[in-house]
Amino acid sequence: MATQTTLSLDNERMIVNLGPSHPSTHGTLRIVLELEGEFIQRATPEIGYLHRGVEKLGESLSYQQFIPLTDRLNYCSSMMNNVGYTLAVEKLLGIQDPPRSRVLRVLVSELARIGDHIVCVGINAVDIGAFSAFLYLFKQREAIYDLFELAAGQRLHTSFTRIGGLMRDVPDAFLEGCERFVEDTHRSIDELESLLTRNPIWADRTKGVGAIQAADAVAWGYTGPCLRAAGVAQDLRKAQPYLDYETYDFDIPVGTSGDVFDRYLVRVEEMRQSLSIIRQALDRLKEMGPGPVIIDDYKIALPPKDKVYSRMESLIHHFKLVMHGVEMPVGEVYAATEAANGELGFYIVSDGGKSPYRIHVRPPCYPIFSSLDEQVKGKLIADAVAILGSMNVIAGELDR
Amino acid sequence: MTPEHPILQRIDEQLPGAILDRHDFRGDLTLVVSRERFLDVVDLIFADGFQMLVDITAVDWFQRDPRFDVVYHWLNLVSQERLRIKIRVNDGQAVPSLVSRIKGANWFERETFDLFGIPFDGHPELKRLLMWEDFPGHPLRKDFPLDGGDVFCDDNGASYSGCAHSLND
Repeated sequence: MATQTTLSLDNERMIVNLGPSHPSTHGTLRIVLELEGEFIQRATPEIGYLHRGVEKLGESLSYQQFIPLTDRLNYCSSMMNNVGYTLAVEKLLGIQDPPRSRVLRVLVSELARIGDHIVCVGINAVDIGAFSAFLYLFKQREAIYDLFELAAGQRLHTSFTRIGGLMRDVPDAFLEGCERFVEDTHRSIDELESLLTRNPIWADRTKGVGAIQAADAVAWGYTGPCLRAAGVAQDLRKAQPYLDYETYDFDIPVGTSGDVFDRYLVRVEEMRQSLSIIRQALDRLKEMGPGPVIIDDYKIALPPKDKVYSRMESLIHHFKLVMHGVEMPVGEVYAATEAANGELGFYIVSDGGKSPYRIHVRPPCYPIFSSLDEQVKGKLIADAVAILGSMNVIAGELDR
Repeated sequence: MTPEHPILQRIDEQLPGAILDRHDFRGDLTLVVSRERFLDVVDLIFADGFQMLVDITAVDWFQRDPRFDVVYHWLNLVSQERLRIKIRVNDGQAVPSLVSRIKGANWFERETFDLFGIPFDGHPELKRLLMWEDFPGHPLRKDFPLDGGDVFCDDNGASYSGCAHSLND
């Protein structure tokens, strides 16, 4: 089980284990660093500490039952995993959820994106030694979790979506809370920026650290903020719109050097853009008025409970759905959404059975983290911590 | 992407016979490519703009011959088109590695090797990624028992952790 390293006892290199439970590793990651003095000669990431066999489990669960497992991929933004997965199943089925559900999905996705960026930027700053920025932001993260609790009844493991729509409509208090959240968060982001953006210590620690060329970033399979920080304006919300993202007005922030500072700037600006999308989604919901949030096809979505208790046909639909699952076409689809970290893809192979024949998750941080060795080679340990934080590696989705 | 896409014509022209099968489902174009011509096809589509290797995985069709589909997802960043390329291999048959061409292929190939036992020819360090080094078997194969069997014991019932009894006893 020992990690192979190039160490031989007679040279000058020292081996340091970063993790598996080190405060800066954000979950159970382990990185074996080979050092010469304070400089890293080689970094070997050891992953798999959080491997739970999600893909194997999915092969014996029904499509609906897989949704709670998606919560546990990127547990900082579980809403977006829920949405990404159900969109993949809906692509396989060839259906679309109702308009109100689509707006609500956008709304909760953008809330989750802000929450995820808060964790990433906040913890990155803590790792580098700027503790207070974290506190200003985490107040807002708490507000997001309160909103999720109102919507889904759960703070972290939301399981809010269903195939063909949502688990339930949101209460009025949720929408009022969102209005307040948008106002407050603008202020919090300003506070964050006044603490960090022009802070000379922050600039010293982040500028030029982890810089990557656009071509390299593409070759490594970077997506999301890390790719955009390198200057590639690739955002699936614009490039391959889903959930009517093409009808929302927002910009894609792009960096130039791909370093930790640019990644930070991109994330901060994305939070502002997300707030603008939330604003538009709230207005849209007001305009739209009440409506169904789940598809009206009882072969795919459960019929309402009162019908199940009072009508024979609905009872049969309910029974068939729970016992035999949704009738799936035979085929394979790959559906990707722009999660907070980048492209979150689900590859589903269906043989027509109750459960997927094969389900594969393409986590956004996985290819990014695989470039760690190249990113930290020749740098200081302190730089490695900064780079690791800016990659936003979430062990849950990395190991699956 | 329709089956008449120009990339298909180009592959057919320049590498006749490389595409064994093609299908289009829900807008996802899939090409099944022969293992021998795979690298040529990759070079061709790379030159054509499919430069981002989004994902590599595999599917185990354990009753079929050849047994595995190795699945590559490509993205063209300019036209935003996606392309799925599959090669079919039998148990033990090696797949040409893409690491020398595309750095990001490294972990994807290691994972596929780890979970399916498909070797990649030319990979610089083909070893397990998610499972530990002496893990027996490849868990995403369909014949791998769902309860994991007794993975903490080897064939003689001896435990890797030094305990004489398995967890299931």
